[in-house]
Amino acid sequence: MALKRPAIKNIPYEEFKDNETFEKLVEELNQNGVNIAVRSLDWLFDWGRSHSLWPLTFATSCCGIEFMAVCAARHDIARFGFEVTRNSPRHADVILVSGTIVKKMAPVLKRLYDQMADPKYVIAIGACSVSGGPFRKSYHVVQGVDEIIPVDVYVPGCPPRPESFLYGMMQLQRKVKVEQFFGTTNRKERDPFKQEYKERSEKILESQEEA
Amino acid sequence: MNLTYQTIAPGALRDECLRLREGGMDFLVFLTGLDLGDEGFGVVYQLENTQTKEQVNLRCVTPNREQPVLPTVSDIWDIANIYEREAYDFLGIIFAGHPDMRRIYLREDWVGHPLRKDDNPEAQNPLRMDNEPLSDTTWQYELSEDGTLTKRENVVFEPEDYVVNIGPQHPSTHGVLHFRVAIEGETIKHVDPVLGYIHRGIEKMNESMTYPQMLALTDRMDYLGAMQNRHALCKVIEEAMGVEVSDRVKVIRTIMDELQRIDSHILFFSCLAQDLGATTAFIYGFRDREKILDIFEETCGGRLILNYNTIGGVMHDLHPNFVQRVKDFIPVMRKGLKEYHDLFTGNVIARNRMEGVGILSKEQVIAMGCTGGTGRASGWHNDLRKLRPYDAYDRVEFDEITFETGDSFCRYMVRMNEIEQSLRIIEQLIDNIPDGPFQEKMKPIIKVPEGVYYSAVEGSRGQFGVYLESRGDKSPYRVHYRSTGLPLVYAMNTACRGNLIADLVTIGGTFDYIVPDIDR
Repeated sequence: MALKRPAIKNIPYEEFKDNETFEKLVEELNQNGVNIAVRSLDWLFDWGRSHSLWPLTFATSCCGIEFMAVCAARHDIARFGFEVTRNSPRHADVILVSGTIVKKMAPVLKRLYDQMADPKYVIAIGACSVSGGPFRKSYHVVQGVDEIIPVDVYVPGCPPRPESFLYGMMQLQRKVKVEQFFGTTNRKERDPFKQEYKERSEKILESQEEA
Repeated sequence: MNLTYQTIAPGALRDECLRLREGGMDFLVFLTGLDLGDEGFGVVYQLENTQTKEQVNLRCVTPNREQPVLPTVSDIWDIANIYEREAYDFLGIIFAGHPDMRRIYLREDWVGHPLRKDDNPEAQNPLRMDNEPLSDTTWQYELSEDGTLTKRENVVFEPEDYVVNIGPQHPSTHGVLHFRVAIEGETIKHVDPVLGYIHRGIEKMNESMTYPQMLALTDRMDYLGAMQNRHALCKVIEEAMGVEVSDRVKVIRTIMDELQRIDSHILFFSCLAQDLGATTAFIYGFRDREKILDIFEETCGGRLILNYNTIGGVMHDLHPNFVQRVKDFIPVMRKGLKEYHDLFTGNVIARNRMEGVGILSKEQVIAMGCTGGTGRASGWHNDLRKLRPYDAYDRVEFDEITFETGDSFCRYMVRMNEIEQSLRIIEQLIDNIPDGPFQEKMKPIIKVPEGVYYSAVEGSRGQFGVYLESRGDKSPYRVHYRSTGLPLVYAMNTACRGNLIADLVTIGGTFDYIVPDIDR
């Protein structure tokens, strides 16, 4: 049984940008075949999870104000089931890193991420958290949040428009919908997405020890 | 304007400062450190007499690069406490007699002082992922007669103090700000702000950028005063170069500044309401704010970060719909303002949480340099639009809103009433925007003549000033931004002491600071 194309109500499949990366991800997940019974259960769980992703209210700068605009009346994030913004990382499913992450904030962000319960997702909002953005040359800015935590979706812009926030959230929904929940996502150790991140954090620790 | 300053020897600084303080110079506008290369390190002070509006600029230079020591003025002007810590953090200038010589923005284990011209911060400081050390004690340095430096330990928190950490990730600190609060029962004993969780090193970056490049970063400091920040930087460069902008530009800038002020005050209202548990008010505030953002978007192209002012004018001419849109907006905003008062101002819970809480006296706000609405709520007439009118502010009528009590409710009402005054200013200007060029022709490479300049505008939450020292190159030698929020965070300790821990949220909310503006 192959994975079905995930249907997102608001946007047809063809209108999503970067379907290649997504299809590659699906292919990888399909590599060893899929169990019919488990996959059907997965599908049910993923459907439920993708429509109730609870974001953590985490904002360091400008993008946070746009996130507030997304939550307010005109853009109304509640249409997608994301409106339950949580103040504690232990209740949240997704962390929207909105704003610049500086070297002093990096261990705090890492700790927040570690405090979140699995399965957890990260969206890098805005140029600063994607790559350092306008502050790339600064001595105190982390060059992209993916240096410290694994990122699922990147939303560029400075700051991104509210529509981009929603588009980024829908991309994440697609990703959640194709996940194999049982045996992978609900077990941290075997999580295929996060291997790369482990290597990276080891590298950071090494460079720190050398210094 | 080009600053004329007196240079004072380090030995005579304290006597001179005490003399000026006695003479009525009660407001320290800004204090910043400089790296003067072979001449050593310098510190610049700007003082103002709040009665006569007279200003004095001082500069004190120490030639010792190995161990720069200058006398402190923190006992003369309260706000110098935090400014001197900033100078110590950035340049390593030790202020003898300062009770609290800790770093303020960078981690305690940071190596070097980044604003020194010979410092290499990236090489010395890799990304550290271990938890930041936060000590409960601090150092006070004393300089003895024979020039030796002795240090002794001062205590910030006693071992038996019960210290609660609020932030850096906390929804009601309005950004990544960290308060260490010592409490006794529920009463606050001491608040120690820990800053720098969004310190992006803008001042250092500016030293290697050309003037037009610098403009991009000002918008991102105080993003709710993006127009005004950029206005201040353009203004100081224009004044330095002797560029006179057209009348049209002046009026456009004034209207845009006022729209931005309304935008900021609505957001202040929404966030304060939400911090106090009134989510409906938040939704109402954002409904009206979106209308301003639409107006901005049509002309500037951006919603939040506007990139509109440039050196010698503005980026684009006004959109043809602009005048009509603004005219339509004014009655909508007036109606909205009435709704805000019905919803929130009269609410008994909001009243009880705000009235009589976090009182600051007029002397305190002047000593701590709290400009803007926070100062005006305590009866300090500090509105730069009235004191030193710039652009089109001399041709419009409006009131400077002041209150006497200085509690949270006054600070809230100042901002609500200022929305009405901003609407009045826009109303007077919108019908007669003069014709003319929207941009002066500038040279492709902008070089500011050698000199020292300072210029300030009335930002959404106080005096936003830019100190610019140029050596005639295409990039500045030193830029310092007078943050509107740094004095406000410093005032948190005074305002919160003796209040309940729950009131810290209200007091912080009504101070209305923006953290990226504090940290820069």
